[in-house]
Amino acid sequence: MVSQVSAETSPPSAGANPPGVPTTTITLDVNGSPHRLEVDNRTSLLDALRERLDLTGSKKGCDHGQCGACTVLVDGRRTNSCLVLAVSAEGSDVTTVEGLADGDVLHPVQQAFLDRDAYQCGYCTPGQICSTVGMLEEARAGMPSHVTTDITNGEIDLDDEEVRERLSGNLCRCGAYVNIVPAVHDAACAHDADATEGATR
Amino acid sequence: MKTFEYERATDVASAVATLDRTPNAKPLGGGTNLVDLMKLGVERPDLLVDVSRVDFGGVDELPDGGLRIGAGVRNSDLAAHPLVRTRYPALTRALVSAASGQLRNQATTGGNLLQRTRCTYFMDTTKPCNKREPGTGCGAVAGLSRELGILGVNDLCIATHPGDMAVALAALDAIVVFETVDGEQRLPIDEFFREPGDDPTRDTNLPSGALITAVELPSLPVATNSTYRKARDRRSYAFALGSVAAALSVDEAGLVTDVRIALGAASPVPWRARKAEEALVGSPATPASFAAAAQLELAAATTTEQNAFKVPLLTRLVVGVLSELAGLDHEGDDPADPAEDADPSPFRPTGADGSPRRVAADVDPGAATGPEGSAS
Repeated sequence: MVSQVSAETSPPSAGANPPGVPTTTITLDVNGSPHRLEVDNRTSLLDALRERLDLTGSKKGCDHGQCGACTVLVDGRRTNSCLVLAVSAEGSDVTTVEGLADGDVLHPVQQAFLDRDAYQCGYCTPGQICSTVGMLEEARAGMPSHVTTDITNGEIDLDDEEVRERLSGNLCRCGAYVNIVPAVHDAACAHDADATEGATR
Repeated sequence: MKTFEYERATDVASAVATLDRTPNAKPLGGGTNLVDLMKLGVERPDLLVDVSRVDFGGVDELPDGGLRIGAGVRNSDLAAHPLVRTRYPALTRALVSAASGQLRNQATTGGNLLQRTRCTYFMDTTKPCNKREPGTGCGAVAGLSRELGILGVNDLCIATHPGDMAVALAALDAIVVFETVDGEQRLPIDEFFREPGDDPTRDTNLPSGALITAVELPSLPVATNSTYRKARDRRSYAFALGSVAAALSVDEAGLVTDVRIALGAASPVPWRARKAEEALVGSPATPASFAAAAQLELAAATTTEQNAFKVPLLTRLVVGVLSELAGLDHEGDDPADPAEDADPSPFRPTGADGSPRRVAADVDPGAATGPEGSAS
């Protein structure tokens, strides 16, 4: 578990790097914990998460930013971790699917995916979930999408078309989209309820 | 991936000094294209100068009513900015039609201008490509050219600028601002991008060692009535097969008083359609005029069997976009029809049932009823 991985217990520095391979020592803040690592400069954030920090929730599908399986939140914004260099992520707060739950209580998006059976093989699911978390924030902030009719209006009506467009960066080869869309709607309702509650507290 | 040194820049001056004295250094912004090309072995820098933490400024109004967009502004933030949405809607529309939500969060304004072509020969180091490896020839001219350029191309290279943002910027008369060791310099976007000529390796006229710091948009009243339309093989998350950014104003007599048109996925540069613009000013704002203007611009097209469809496709996109901006209902009126049979390609991709593969375009049914076009 990530919460148990401290600076002291994180994997040893990249001693396996052959001489002459440029490395950089960085501190990655992942799911609220700092991790000091020496990385080959070529290491992607995705590989650092999976291979160095044992956070294997984020998946490597295409490794070229085309499938979205590697989606994590960097400073709260959804990002393809396969196209981010680990060295470039130093100083950012990274949240992976492992960091979404509050203890034993799943994040509303995770719960919605479970309730709606919004997956089949599950490989794309962590990316779908992280992407949805980021997307709901974007929609709440009024950010327009390609299918937004009136872009001068800051209000987003998150209908099926908006959900499909906004999540088009996450591919599901099982074709679980028919359940992903309702799961996202459920999560959006929970998200809005949370926001209302937060505003009235 | 080839090994490289990494430095994080804290300010523009130090980044430019490093870029200037290191021959094979590249600035790193969002990395969405550069890191990908490094994985493919297409880009092989010795040093990355990470400018993602440099403060280039945000989106700010200029004294003359224009906008200054800092080079580090992310595509998603630029698209959502209230002044962009209201004064330059074509730019918002272009940005949100590009890539995915994740990539738009990462991609920067400066980096987006410098993205490389997605020509499959350029992306594959086992194939000939004059842009990647001068003198090896162009695999695309007699090969897979369906996605590639028809304007401003030559025998050395038919690659296209792949982006959407720059097409809108071309229509909006943007200025690219960059820093060099000799100080700040500026280039109108028309002069920033360059056609291949005898050196396809260079996509732009950005001097070696320079760093883009901002893009400026002039005050442009016509731009409040502007939009962007993109045709592609699927409805989302795909590069354009053709696109149009346009702005239009029409007087009370129905005559065009001002018009800006730029074509995407048509050329190595975002193609400003100045011939079409000149023909349209003073003409009636009708689908027939729009089609004639588009055909005038596209008369210079050099096509292959595989990409000849782009001529009618772009014609329809121009007609569709300008008709929308003119507030016309051109349902059932397709002045682009004469060009309909311009695609004799035996290689046109087909669906599983052998029918022509349909192109997802935000084109009104009346403007795109041919086999190459498609309604949603």
